[in-house]
Amino acid sequence: MVKKFLYSQKVAPYVFVLPFVLVFLIFWVYPLASSFGMSFQKVTLGQEAAWIGVDNYEKLMGDGIFLKAVVNSAIYMVLTLVILIPFPMLFAVLINNKLMWAREFFKSSFFFPALTSVVVAGTIFRLMFGEMEGSLINSFLGLFGVEPIKFLKGQTTGFIALLALATWRWTGVNMLYFLSGLKNIPDEYYEAASIDGASPIQRFMKITMPLLKPTTIYVLTISIYAGLAMFIESMMLWNGNNSPKNIGLTIVGYLYRQGIEKNNLGYAAAVGIVLLVITMVINLTQLAFTGMFKKEEEA
Amino acid sequence: MKKKGLIVLLILTMATWLWGCGKASTTAGGETSVLDSGAGDSATELSYWTFVELHGQHFEKMLGKWNAANPDRQIKLNVTVMPYDDMHNKLSIAVQTGVGAPDIADIELGKFPDFLAGTPQLVELNDVIDPYRDTIVKSRIDLYSKDGVNYGIPTHVGASVAFYNTEILEEAGVDYKTIETWDDFEKAGIQVYEKTGKYMGTADTSATWQTSQLLAQQGADFTDDAGNPIVNSDAMVKALTVLKDLQDNNVLTTIAGGQPDTEEAYGEFNAGNYATAFMPLWQMSRYTNYMKDLSGKIAIAPIPVIEKGMPRSVGGGGTGTVVTKTAKDIELAKEFLAFAKLSEDANIEIWNTLGFDPVNMDVWEMKDVTHNPDNQFVQYFVNNPFDVLAEIKDEIQLIKSTSASPTINNVLCTVTLNEIFEDGKDIKQALDDAQAQIEQELK
Repeated sequence: MVKKFLYSQKVAPYVFVLPFVLVFLIFWVYPLASSFGMSFQKVTLGQEAAWIGVDNYEKLMGDGIFLKAVVNSAIYMVLTLVILIPFPMLFAVLINNKLMWAREFFKSSFFFPALTSVVVAGTIFRLMFGEMEGSLINSFLGLFGVEPIKFLKGQTTGFIALLALATWRWTGVNMLYFLSGLKNIPDEYYEAASIDGASPIQRFMKITMPLLKPTTIYVLTISIYAGLAMFIESMMLWNGNNSPKNIGLTIVGYLYRQGIEKNNLGYAAAVGIVLLVITMVINLTQLAFTGMFKKEEEA
Repeated sequence: MKKKGLIVLLILTMATWLWGCGKASTTAGGETSVLDSGAGDSATELSYWTFVELHGQHFEKMLGKWNAANPDRQIKLNVTVMPYDDMHNKLSIAVQTGVGAPDIADIELGKFPDFLAGTPQLVELNDVIDPYRDTIVKSRIDLYSKDGVNYGIPTHVGASVAFYNTEILEEAGVDYKTIETWDDFEKAGIQVYEKTGKYMGTADTSATWQTSQLLAQQGADFTDDAGNPIVNSDAMVKALTVLKDLQDNNVLTTIAGGQPDTEEAYGEFNAGNYATAFMPLWQMSRYTNYMKDLSGKIAIAPIPVIEKGMPRSVGGGGTGTVVTKTAKDIELAKEFLAFAKLSEDANIEIWNTLGFDPVNMDVWEMKDVTHNPDNQFVQYFVNNPFDVLAEIKDEIQLIKSTSASPTINNVLCTVTLNEIFEDGKDIKQALDDAQAQIEQELK
């Protein structure tokens, strides 16, 4: 009986899919539903939550700091897209080139930062971008006669530090995605193009870019999500969730501040729901534009 | 056969992984150590969370005394030290869910009101405080109370004082003993800057110690009598104008870390880049622990005032130790806590081990305790802190802690003080903005 059940072609697929479905239901759908409910409540430590309708959302609309967090997250997301898609793609193409020397070395050294913990990396970057004369970046700038800069106290300079951290950490990962995409492009296309007299730039624009599209869409999608959900980098860079003038505050940072630091879980849930809506809208629009929802044959 | 082996391997891997998880979650992160201090096998094990490692050392001493005095009610104390934010966040989640909270925990003053929201999930401590009530400073208990119920036991008074680096001052020809008002301080500071190129002190951007001191001098507070925020009051404008004026004259400047009690600032002070810190008395332990190069150079004095005759000190910071409602043995935890923090012995140890000004002011008068030549704090500083405390004893003001306090503190320390001292924003404007933001958040 058991054997028959396990070997049944109808049942087996469901058995294999079951772990995912369970994980999805328990760790995704249930928390999502419960935070949706919580966003209409006032939750106090260890006590019965009270239903307060849309009060949390109303308050959120007039909340300047939340707006600041949304703007910060959006700017961070856009800037990471600008940096972390073209450059890794370029590096991947270079490394994939047969004329390139020490390819494996570059591959692993680009990827290496992704293996370090954000906590360690953030702490080191905080020290590097310290405001004292003796900090790494300032002593380097000092060689050119530049006065010490208070990097982590200014909006622009703070973002430079934040983006430096993100670039250092994620370039290698995105590069690997592109590398695997490149491996799937048959050499014959390039050979044929060469015979027809296409220049390297033409080959890149007409063959590499279009055929990398699925990889690019994937990287774009996860980068949008990662950009909007960024939190730990900021928290480690400023040694806590409260950066001066909130220059490093992100949406998730605000969620953490309200929910965990101020014990206002209902309000934090509302922040989370808004973040979900923003991310979904941006990602779905982007996916629709890039043709992900068209039928297989048409794509 | 091969397949079976693979499956077994997989299951084993998963099991190990799960077991690993389970193990990790039983310790709450941070460093845990079990203190038994002579406790027998029948001792009750209580857990204690703190964010200050030194507090654990104090409890260790008091635990030895408790176990010797109460052979039938011995205690083993399981101490977990975690970083400040971490500990408070974990504690609030534990209290929130009713699972995993320690029996005893330290809660810092700035976070305390959050734990008093609604019906506090902490145990009432009035009955164990009562025997000691006459001996301790009432206002320090009130900080951790709600509607007449005491939920936390204080550690110190935290009287604010000035810490002067006498080496720098001598180099500039300044005598700190002559500084009584902020005008005196400004003159001295200008002299220090001209002669040495060093700054007299810090303009704090990430803490409100200075602001509190200047408010208290004027008999003002961050909140009104009902506990509502009034951060754009005239007194507040006056306080920040005094500080801003000092900054404009190169007497004060901002510091890495934003205030004297941060790692970056310890380094700056230790290197002799700043001559003064205005901090609660517990800053002494930061000097002895993190600024060893300054040993024998730091003098303690009352803080300057706006006008002579104003009160010269205010209680700053504080830690209330609490018993949670989920504690294993509430009665035992309560009694031990009172014994470890309120008894005369405990107050003497709080000075000896931690270098704090204990809440039992009788201890302040015990010359053999306060002037003990073997005491590391007595050895480190130029003058004896208790001589200064005796001078300002009746002038120590209180800044109230209300449910609005965490929000007020957060807005001032992340936004407002930075705007004023880093960006030079108009003081009144910055404070009006802060008031609006705080009111919005408290809605």
